[in-house]
Amino acid sequence: MNLRGQGNGLGQRIIPVGLVLPLVAFILVTFVIPLATMVVQSIHDPEVADAFPRTLALLADWEDSDLPSPDVYEAMAVELVLSRENRSIGKVATRVNRIESGTRSVFAKTARRLEGADTTDMPAAMIQIDTRWGDVALWRAISEAGQRYTARHYLQSIDLERGLDGGIRSVSEDRRIYNTLYLRTVYVSLAVTLLCFLIGYPIAFAISSVSDSLAKILLVIVLVPFWTSLLVRTTSWLVLLQNQGVINDILVWIGLVDDGSRLALVHNMTGTLIAMTHVLLPFMILPLYAVMRSIPPVYMRAAASLGANPLQAFARVYFPQSLPGVSAGCLLVFILSLGYYITPALVGGAKGQLISNMIAYHIQTSLNWGLAAAISVVVLLGVFVCYFLFDRWVGIDKLKLG
Amino acid sequence: MPNLGWKCGKAAYVTVVALGFGFLILPLLVIIPLSFNVEPYFTFTEGMLRLDGDAYSLRWYRSILENPEWRAAIGNSFFIGFFAAALATVLGTLAAMGLSHPKFPFRELVSAFVISPMVTPVIIVAVGVFFFYSAIGLGQTRLGLILAHAMLGAPFVVITVSATLAGFDHTLLRAAASLGAGPLTAFRRIQLPIIAPGVFTGALFAFAASFDEVVIVLFLGGVDQRTIPRQMWSGIREEISPTILAIATLLIAFAIMVLLAVELLQKRGKKIHEGK
Repeated sequence: MNLRGQGNGLGQRIIPVGLVLPLVAFILVTFVIPLATMVVQSIHDPEVADAFPRTLALLADWEDSDLPSPDVYEAMAVELVLSRENRSIGKVATRVNRIESGTRSVFAKTARRLEGADTTDMPAAMIQIDTRWGDVALWRAISEAGQRYTARHYLQSIDLERGLDGGIRSVSEDRRIYNTLYLRTVYVSLAVTLLCFLIGYPIAFAISSVSDSLAKILLVIVLVPFWTSLLVRTTSWLVLLQNQGVINDILVWIGLVDDGSRLALVHNMTGTLIAMTHVLLPFMILPLYAVMRSIPPVYMRAAASLGANPLQAFARVYFPQSLPGVSAGCLLVFILSLGYYITPALVGGAKGQLISNMIAYHIQTSLNWGLAAAISVVVLLGVFVCYFLFDRWVGIDKLKLG
Repeated sequence: MPNLGWKCGKAAYVTVVALGFGFLILPLLVIIPLSFNVEPYFTFTEGMLRLDGDAYSLRWYRSILENPEWRAAIGNSFFIGFFAAALATVLGTLAAMGLSHPKFPFRELVSAFVISPMVTPVIIVAVGVFFFYSAIGLGQTRLGLILAHAMLGAPFVVITVSATLAGFDHTLLRAAASLGAGPLTAFRRIQLPIIAPGVFTGALFAFAASFDEVVIVLFLGGVDQRTIPRQMWSGIREEISPTILAIATLLIAFAIMVLLAVELLQKRGKKIHEGK
């Protein structure tokens, strides 16, 4: 009997931990390690360093005001040919080109012409193949791209770069993209959060103040969009808002808008705002409703019996009690908006793009994965800050979904 | 004493609420009739407004069935969704049971950890998944998508099962043990019936999370792993055809079915909790 009791005591500690362990391990491998890989990708850029080890070692002692010495050219020539043979030259060219644009073609061309060539004056031979080998800027770019660990992507992700003197400066005005996009993303997220609050609060209040049977029907109206695929909802807005769409048709039919001057409601910021508000509205309503349901109606009646008019009773008694729901709903909507990709990409057009669209662009189109990773880390840090502030001000345990 | 101003205020409030509900549901309702349009337009034709039978047809539904890409996408969505939900449900249920134990160490921290995939923006999860899964050879495979989707779905299972376990009396399990039941028997006969509604609800959430997910599929999936949302994505971007509306209508019907199933499960869960 005693033995059995001890066994249970031990089991009571080990079994629960053993039950949780598989999921913890699974999340670690499928989620945490990928995020860690992303962070590594944002600072680790070994392609050029791996392709030109000797050249880079020689360049380390180079004073970058003058052209490098002939033995640097010799080393470069050997490694260019090697790099062409093992087919890393394309990736190398892309990376140097990102630092000094217009240099992409230099590498493959030089490697091709140098193969089998025999020369005593390598600098002259290379400059003859492409004059940019006589340009200090190209060598600077190679040396910069050759850094195995680099903050370059982070600098670029906030519109900064390293100047010729090694100091950090803003990029020229025409190349500034990212800071505008972060700001636009924050503004759009704030606007969507505000719209969701303005539309969602009366709805949640209505559901919590009607009879149970009516509340059930009204909840279904909130839950059907919640459960419906994001793509479906985005599609329906595209169909509704387009130039020849239902909303423009109705406006023309009732004579509010002339047939020739139909409103541009989609493929711009208006489209992004409308569709995102619709998609995220349930995430505002459900936490609000969860809180409002638990507010006892007696308080409002007590306020009324003490002489408060309904508006005062609402503002002084009801609204403060619903604040936990307001903050939870706002946090959810805001954070979800920050990382929104699909809806802006489909209904946003060029003017309605957010930072997440830039991440996808660098992953899928420009293949600048380091930069995509750096932007993602910046956004992730922003999300962390939001949670941290929420926890300080409200308490993260208040965050519940219905 | 209700005066005119109060009446106006109330009328304004009712209008605002009605407009809000309309905003939520009308966009979905509008595309249902449009999916039966005989013409390849995205707006109501005069025939449709006259309720002329000839203006309606099932041609866009037929075109889903006739198109091998759509058929493959439907198959992929259900295949990936099913296995992702199964994996998420097993891991999530076990974890929720462990976490519900009164003596679990660092419960808050561990809970936050296993729920973190749910509260991280999907685009960022997708970037990480793309780098790591591609590096270990899971790029452009169904297995990669199943693992990623199971990771997104598991937190839902943990939450729903934990909710059904809240207030579970752990002495019941000890009572069962003292009566000679092994841990497995005690689990099967005592704990499982109580958490079953939460497990199924969680499984539905996990399935829906996978069924609706498109960013990870875009980054990680290849041509052979196209799911329904992925196919809709290219349909919208490349050549938008009313076939999209037909599939959208089917997905709305599907969403309503899932919603009803969740409601039923929650009702059962409540009954069990009240001991009926």
